[in-house]
Amino acid sequence: MNVAVLIKQTPDTAELPKVTVDEAESGELQATMVINPWDEFAVEEAIDLSDRFGCETVAISLGRADETDALKHALAMGVDSAVHVDEDVIDGGDEWATAEALAAAVRKVGGGEDVELVLAGKMSVDGNSGVIYAGVACKLDWDLLVNVTRIVDIVDGKLIAEQAFEGGQETVEVPLPVVISVAKEINEPRYPSFMGIRKASRATIPTWGRDHLEIDASRTTRWNDLSKPEPEEVQVHIFDGATVEEKAAQLADALMAEKVI
Amino acid sequence: MASTDELLYTEEHNLVRKMAYDFTRNEVMPIIAEHDRKHTFPFELLPKMAQLGFLGICLPARYGGAGMDFLSLGIVSEALEYGDSSVRETVAVHLALHALPIFQWGTEEQKESFLPGLASGDHIACFGLTEPGAGSDVAAIQSRAMRQGEEYVLTGEKMWITLADVADRFLVFAKTQPDQGARGISAFILERGWQGLTTGTLEGKMGVRASNTGWINMQDVRVPACHRLGEEGEGFKIAMSCLDNARFGVAAGSVGIIRACIDESVKYALQRRTFGKPIAEHQLVQQMIAHMQQDLDIGELLVWKAGTLKNRGVRNTRETSMAKWFCTEAARRAADNAVQVHGAYGYSDEYNVERHLRNTKSAVIYEGTSQIHTLMQAAYTLGMREDRPLRCPMPAYDPDTWQ
Repeated sequence: MNVAVLIKQTPDTAELPKVTVDEAESGELQATMVINPWDEFAVEEAIDLSDRFGCETVAISLGRADETDALKHALAMGVDSAVHVDEDVIDGGDEWATAEALAAAVRKVGGGEDVELVLAGKMSVDGNSGVIYAGVACKLDWDLLVNVTRIVDIVDGKLIAEQAFEGGQETVEVPLPVVISVAKEINEPRYPSFMGIRKASRATIPTWGRDHLEIDASRTTRWNDLSKPEPEEVQVHIFDGATVEEKAAQLADALMAEKVI
Repeated sequence: MASTDELLYTEEHNLVRKMAYDFTRNEVMPIIAEHDRKHTFPFELLPKMAQLGFLGICLPARYGGAGMDFLSLGIVSEALEYGDSSVRETVAVHLALHALPIFQWGTEEQKESFLPGLASGDHIACFGLTEPGAGSDVAAIQSRAMRQGEEYVLTGEKMWITLADVADRFLVFAKTQPDQGARGISAFILERGWQGLTTGTLEGKMGVRASNTGWINMQDVRVPACHRLGEEGEGFKIAMSCLDNARFGVAAGSVGIIRACIDESVKYALQRRTFGKPIAEHQLVQQMIAHMQQDLDIGELLVWKAGTLKNRGVRNTRETSMAKWFCTEAARRAADNAVQVHGAYGYSDEYNVERHLRNTKSAVIYEGTSQIHTLMQAAYTLGMREDRPLRCPMPAYDPDTWQ
């Protein structure tokens, strides 16, 4: 069984506030680009599954021509191989088009042995859509599990997983193949090892463009405008009181007056 | 514009940089302020650093090391000291002042015997040179080593020893020929538990409070002759070559402090408003931040130069001294300016810059005071000092045989 893990290269979260509207529109970000933090959980889970079940792992990322740092990071963590999909294949398309391209890449990396499991982080820290993996499942016509907190077992062509939902958790069983988005509770991503770093730095990552992927990158949405939210005016109120109880009572009254509680 | 990282370092180095900085931000920074406040050693970091290979980063894989180069050691040192000096000091002392000297000066038997346990972190090691009455004046050490058959008997006291009360391996220096000054010093590897060897912790430090600093007392400690490092009388040269290793880490670490001071000062200066605008718009605040950036750019280049010479196996005592001298002084200036940018808040331990300022004062004292480095550089420039070839030079980095 092969496992594909979808990753995205995003600005370092510490530098997100510095990204300007012009940069976002042009894609020429000045920020340090790193692997999307949510995707690190998916990469870790892929490596763990490789250890548990002996599967081959491949990281796939769609991005600009030279954006392979996130893939190198995944290789350094321990995935077996990586593929870069040139974003030109979607011709400025939206999430639906991105899902189309990634699904086509998943089909192609299968090669002789099909990919039966796709892992993804729950969202990206820049786009924040949280729908790409659902689109990939739809395009592949596979089942979808979201917010998975534990992969219990893979046996007899079925995957058993624990999935969190609001107010609870359930254990589900789905037939392979399946697309899974993982929650951060699923694991603790490892740091790249020096051996992994050496391997990653020497790896040649193939880039697939229009010549490699046959897709109809239809799109339904386009950006008409992009703006940053205005900074909120924040008022600070410090409660005076002789005791903690007195201050807490004042705080509770204020929260009720503002209809917060 | 290309960054220094892109211009001077390989992709492998930059992956090391991301990994090491991630480690510092995730593992070191959340806990270190509390350790500093309580003067406690962060024991919980040792197995994590060992697992990642930090403790043997630039030792060949055949001795259990990670097989990386000296620039990688510099990068990890920088990243660790971005969080706190004490954590970088642990790697510097354990690796640069103990394991690397064994790699450089040890017999093959000593390398095979001692290095794997050090690289894996099964043993933690320190370096005992300074004494109550001998710091910069190394030749004035009073510790004695008397040869008795196949053993030496060591007596003396070491002071201001980083990791003294944590380590279980000690590289100490003692005089085998007391009448021959610096040429009468020899080096020995001691192990915790040997009769007559005791250690303790020194309290009341101004900075690097999350590091252990202490003393080593030797009362007739019997040391097998096979634990002597190098030849008899070679101790001074070994000690000085050790400093070439450690000073490199100190310099690189200081670059990490400058970077931390810039990051924290920029963040604060853009948020904090006075007189109706962010303090980042006040020119005298800008001047302080510009000076920090100037020092960072210079420091990065000096560290890269020294590390590159090390990789090539070229004697680098002058360049490493220059890097250590400049970078530690620059880090002290940067931390001082960072506290000033933060105003009264910077004077409290609510912000990291206060800790960096206290830490940087120690770095201009240890591994050769700034005054010692000033004299060294003057002597080189005036033609009064020349480095002679060592019997055992540090090998050049060779990826084919180290990995």
